[in-house]
Amino acid sequence: MSLIASYETPEALLEAMLLIRAYELRVSAVSAERSTPGTCTSVGQEAAAVGVVSALGADDLILTNHRSAGHLLARGADPGRLMAEVMGRSDGYCKGKSGSLHISARELGVVLTSTIVGGELSLATGVALSQTMLGRPGIVACFFGDGAACEGIFHESLNLGAVWKLPILFVCENNEWQAFVHRRETMVGDRIAAWAAPYGIDSATVDGNDVEAVRAAATAAAAAVRRTGMPFLLETATYRQRGHFEPDDQSYVDAQELAAWKQRDPIARMQARLADSRGLTAGDFAGLEARVAARIDAALAFAQVSPYPQPAELLTDVYV
Amino acid sequence: MSMITVHEAMSQALAEEMRRDARVLMFGEGVATKRKDLLAEFGASRVRNTPLAEGIIAGTAVGAAATGLRPVVDLLFAPFLTLAMDALVNSAGKLRYLSGGQFEFPLVAIAMTGSGWCVGAQHNHNLEAWFAHAPGLKVVMPSNAADFKGLLKSAIRDDNPVLFFVDLGLLHQTGEVPGSESLVPIGQAAVARPGRDVTLVSYAKTVPVCLQAAETLAAEGISAEVVDLRTVKPLDLSTVLASVGRTRRAVVVHEASLTCGVGAEVAALLAEHAFDSLMAPVRRLAGPDTPTPASYPLEQAFVPQAAAVAEAARTLVRPG
Repeated sequence: MSLIASYETPEALLEAMLLIRAYELRVSAVSAERSTPGTCTSVGQEAAAVGVVSALGADDLILTNHRSAGHLLARGADPGRLMAEVMGRSDGYCKGKSGSLHISARELGVVLTSTIVGGELSLATGVALSQTMLGRPGIVACFFGDGAACEGIFHESLNLGAVWKLPILFVCENNEWQAFVHRRETMVGDRIAAWAAPYGIDSATVDGNDVEAVRAAATAAAAAVRRTGMPFLLETATYRQRGHFEPDDQSYVDAQELAAWKQRDPIARMQARLADSRGLTAGDFAGLEARVAARIDAALAFAQVSPYPQPAELLTDVYV
Repeated sequence: MSMITVHEAMSQALAEEMRRDARVLMFGEGVATKRKDLLAEFGASRVRNTPLAEGIIAGTAVGAAATGLRPVVDLLFAPFLTLAMDALVNSAGKLRYLSGGQFEFPLVAIAMTGSGWCVGAQHNHNLEAWFAHAPGLKVVMPSNAADFKGLLKSAIRDDNPVLFFVDLGLLHQTGEVPGSESLVPIGQAAVARPGRDVTLVSYAKTVPVCLQAAETLAAEGISAEVVDLRTVKPLDLSTVLASVGRTRRAVVVHEASLTCGVGAEVAALLAEHAFDSLMAPVRRLAGPDTPTPASYPLEQAFVPQAAAVAEAARTLVRPG
């Protein structure tokens, strides 16, 4: 059985979002007790992650960034190995050497995570060049935020991707926040998708808090990349409900704006839709949440007993 | 054996390695324009021009290296590396380690540096010590045609990222170069001239300076040994120690600025490992802590001269 998650039903999309939410809230709670390092969460952005990742094929590759738990879990990552990594334990995906910030999981096709904002944009062209030159079937999905879009490397990456005709699905998760600064202070206009046209790259913006809409848009965008061999820029319009980095009191956040976006929470919206269209009940949702909570309990228990790396690991995985 | 220039030696190395391994490709600023022979033999897919954008050139190389290709990139002048440092230092140098060994980065980044073309400090800045200080990177800086060829071939076959610095002043110098399969191992210094009384440790264009100083000293009855480091990192400590163990005196010579330069590292290593053998303090002769000027006489004055090297050696051997 493939390690890579596949999505047959709308309920599976909801369950993946619930898993991401529960995972990130649990990791935040544990870090608030100061027993693990803080993390960058993507609470509120689950639909953007699940919608895109569920639209990818098993051969496709993913590059992500410091806010990666959603992408990893949506792809099928084991939450226990993720928590172990966050806690610096040897059973983590990177043997504890990454921590939360640069987790990659080659077995899932999640390659070359960079926590330098825009770093993944610099690497995606090379990964796509390998896919093309080595005749591999998969396209490359590169996740970044509105902050990275304001880096020069975003423009270098789109330009070279277009000039060399590389199969890259650029996915901009516009979550309105660039670390501690609202993007309206730092960015011209509201939409990053518009920045693709000058490079001859097709683009779309989708409601990033509607998982089915994101999945449909990403399916179409990925199909366009496969059909044309050219990059495509998909912008998911979403919102970061928690701070930049745990813990963060969000004193700099406009309370009205945050409340308005919480009204559009992607999980609540999907639950309402499933209740409406497929007759799911409160009991069904409680059952899903209990199943997810049990997985997170087991994951934390696994991570907490995972041994720390041996001191000799300090000098491995690099020439010295 | 044949007499060819450093430039021709590098061209031979590139062609031989591209012939040997279909995964090797080369791109950069003007690569396809200037290397018509490679373009004709290996085609436009493996020999590519790029935009004048070092960030994406280096990032593309790093992404490609991690996923199955073995790129060689030409970044022209070493100061341009400052725009490539995120990809080279943060990604290529760190992500093998941070990923717990999931990815390797077999790539070569070529950059020219050093006096000789009167181009001033934004085209001439010997940055080898910067990269030697960054974990995970190898740093090579040869002094003669045979080593340029043999070390470039080894760099292309190495599974680590290698910074390959080309001293501008050497580019058109000729030297004897052996046949195609003579590799020069990375991390191995060479005794360029044997001697008994003092060791002159150097690399790149100051190796010929040291050889000239040794000639002068020989006429005075002082036997100077010249050690060419060839690789700045990993540094061949055992060859340096063996030499200084015999001569008991050392002068370290390089063009790069003095403070925190490679000479500081060599001097510290000698203090740690050869203190009891030393008859005199280790001397360093290096460029000043200034930007490099364009004006020819000033540019020449920046580089340690043979007379100064001979004088430093003389005072160590015959104090007072």
